[in-house]
Amino acid sequence: MELNRGITNQSFRELLTRAEGLSTSELRDEVVHSLYQKSQQLCERAVTFSKSKEDKRTEKLDAIFTSPIWGFPIMLTMLGIIFYLTIAGANVPSSMLASFFGWLENYLTMGFQAINAPDWLHGVIVLGLYRGTTWVISVMLPPMAIFFPTFALLENYGYLPRVAFNMDRLFKKVGAHGKQSLTMAMGFGCNAAAVLSTRIIESPRERMLAILTNNFVPCNGRWGTLIVLASLFMAAGLTGGMKTLVSSAVIVGIVVFGIFVTFAVSWVLSKTALKGVPTHYTLELPPYRRPKIFDTVIRASLNKSWAVLVRAVKIAAPAGILTWVFANIMVGDTSILMHAVNFLDPFAQTLGLDGYILLAFILGLPANEVVLPILLMGYLSTGSLIEVDNLTDLKQIFLDQGWTWLTALNVMLFSLLHYPCGTTLVNIYKETKSKKWTLMAFLIPTLIALLVTFSINQIVTAFGWV
Amino acid sequence: MATKQAYRIALAGNPNTGKSTLFNALTGLKQHTGNWAGKTVSMAEGIVRHKDKEYRLIDLPGTYSLFSNSTDEEVARNYIIFEKPDVTLVILDATSLERNLNLALQVLEMTPNVIVCINLIDEAKKRGIVVNEGLLMRELGVPVIKMSARNKIGFSILLDTIDRMVKGEISVRPVPFIYNEETERKLEQIEPEVRKLVGDEFPARWIALRLLDGDTSLLREIEKRMLQKEDKEWNSIEASQTNRLENF
Repeated sequence: MELNRGITNQSFRELLTRAEGLSTSELRDEVVHSLYQKSQQLCERAVTFSKSKEDKRTEKLDAIFTSPIWGFPIMLTMLGIIFYLTIAGANVPSSMLASFFGWLENYLTMGFQAINAPDWLHGVIVLGLYRGTTWVISVMLPPMAIFFPTFALLENYGYLPRVAFNMDRLFKKVGAHGKQSLTMAMGFGCNAAAVLSTRIIESPRERMLAILTNNFVPCNGRWGTLIVLASLFMAAGLTGGMKTLVSSAVIVGIVVFGIFVTFAVSWVLSKTALKGVPTHYTLELPPYRRPKIFDTVIRASLNKSWAVLVRAVKIAAPAGILTWVFANIMVGDTSILMHAVNFLDPFAQTLGLDGYILLAFILGLPANEVVLPILLMGYLSTGSLIEVDNLTDLKQIFLDQGWTWLTALNVMLFSLLHYPCGTTLVNIYKETKSKKWTLMAFLIPTLIALLVTFSINQIVTAFGWV
Repeated sequence: MATKQAYRIALAGNPNTGKSTLFNALTGLKQHTGNWAGKTVSMAEGIVRHKDKEYRLIDLPGTYSLFSNSTDEEVARNYIIFEKPDVTLVILDATSLERNLNLALQVLEMTPNVIVCINLIDEAKKRGIVVNEGLLMRELGVPVIKMSARNKIGFSILLDTIDRMVKGEISVRPVPFIYNEETERKLEQIEPEVRKLVGDEFPARWIALRLLDGDTSLLREIEKRMLQKEDKEWNSIEASQTNRLENF
């Protein structure tokens, strides 16, 4: 075949410049849109559905769950219902566990007295280790035993891809990739795993956005803290169902706020350090399935609730002993623990927290699960010895340290927004291969956490709402 | 036509549409074809004999579109445009035809020698989905065949259609796809220029569209290929490809 001789690079270049002049960013959208429209028109005429009820049901449900009007309210309601069930359901078993462990503690103490054990041993084992771990169990196990299986049922039903679908529009608006909604959903389970899951985003720019903002959704390790604090401190003036309702609403609000921060940070970054336009992709929505209830509940309880608890106890137990030891070794006239607490306290107070809380967050860097246990142990090691038979006593410990609803709110917000845990940071470094971006992944959330808690504390105290 | 000549048949389709199942069933090659989004995307090749002819089947990477968003899409697109298979089969999943069909539309913009295969037709029947292939045939202007690669349904019709297509017994007349006024106006400006440059060697309208789309890598590729051809390097490339084939 003979081609035009004399084709030169010049003519190619001229054509290219001409095309570039005519090319617009809307053109790609128009091309894709036209193709999809044509496919749709063809299928409307060429494809008929005769009997499949399942597909029709999926379509009908999708029309509701992913509707521009109802999608978000339904999402928030579902989340609210899950928290309501969790808080309402966890109350009684939590109290029962707490009184059981309190009852057992009496016998342990009697045992120690019977063998004439020295006071410090009783202190380390019973007041440090035993109390710390049993309270973690009684406070964290019941809500997690309800929350994780319920969440898993929703996941198995096929609802989560719809959440991602709803979020997709918003992510595009802030200049991020729609798939970030999927990696964000993953973050609700574990941020460290979610950072790895950002590999599904091809564009390095959009992937970086997903990595940097993933931390703003609470992971397994933080759900416990959020649920416990919300149920203890929020809506303190109310009782019964109303109290639970408000507590659930607070958690939903915290989650929504986290998602809002995700969008805000993505937007700012995509306009500054990570400039660019989002790319196209296809999101496949699987059909709704009736979940295998028994399987799901068992697996979620074993894999998630139990695993999180074991991890918390494993780290909390040695941490309990260490905390107690540090609280009882004196340097000068104060303990090592108190030195650290006193050092952090003035700064923490401006954030509406206290030295213990900030110390717990710092020591909790390896895993978010241990923040609450360490905090409790810190309080216990110095506070007056009280009998703990139920959750009201637990709340009393916090109240004795001067906690208010504002303290609880700030702890929740700090937990939501602060730096990612050690494992997540390691993964971020492995994935980005960049010290600079890993540092950013640490600094951006931390600064936001400091800023938000500081502002809320200043505003609330200035108006005298506490 | 000599009986020895091997026609080249490319298989295009979305991932998970049974494209590789069809490939394996037709060629009898029990090899796994993976889709790797890495630097090198390998394409499986195999031989089918039907009547007196021999066909080389090329399994293109499974893609959702051919806009060169990824290496896979670029490889599939480049094969259809530059290697010019005699027939391109577009394998569609009958159970999600709407999503699949736009790949067929994209291929039809690139080459007229297309056979649309609606796969998983038994699965679709089970789900109560009925496809009117006559209507699709009229609308698309190319043969549309219902089949099931898994259960080897529709193979003989497919092979006969391929046979008749390479013999030129089937007149394909893809219905040109019309975009909105603005895009068409721009196309009118660019398309003649493209045609002047590439002749009938490549689909001018499609290339013009890609240029308007901002796909500059395509023109660079064309330039490279055409210069290569002028330098008579083409023969050596073809030779090396034949060598590779003999390994099968």
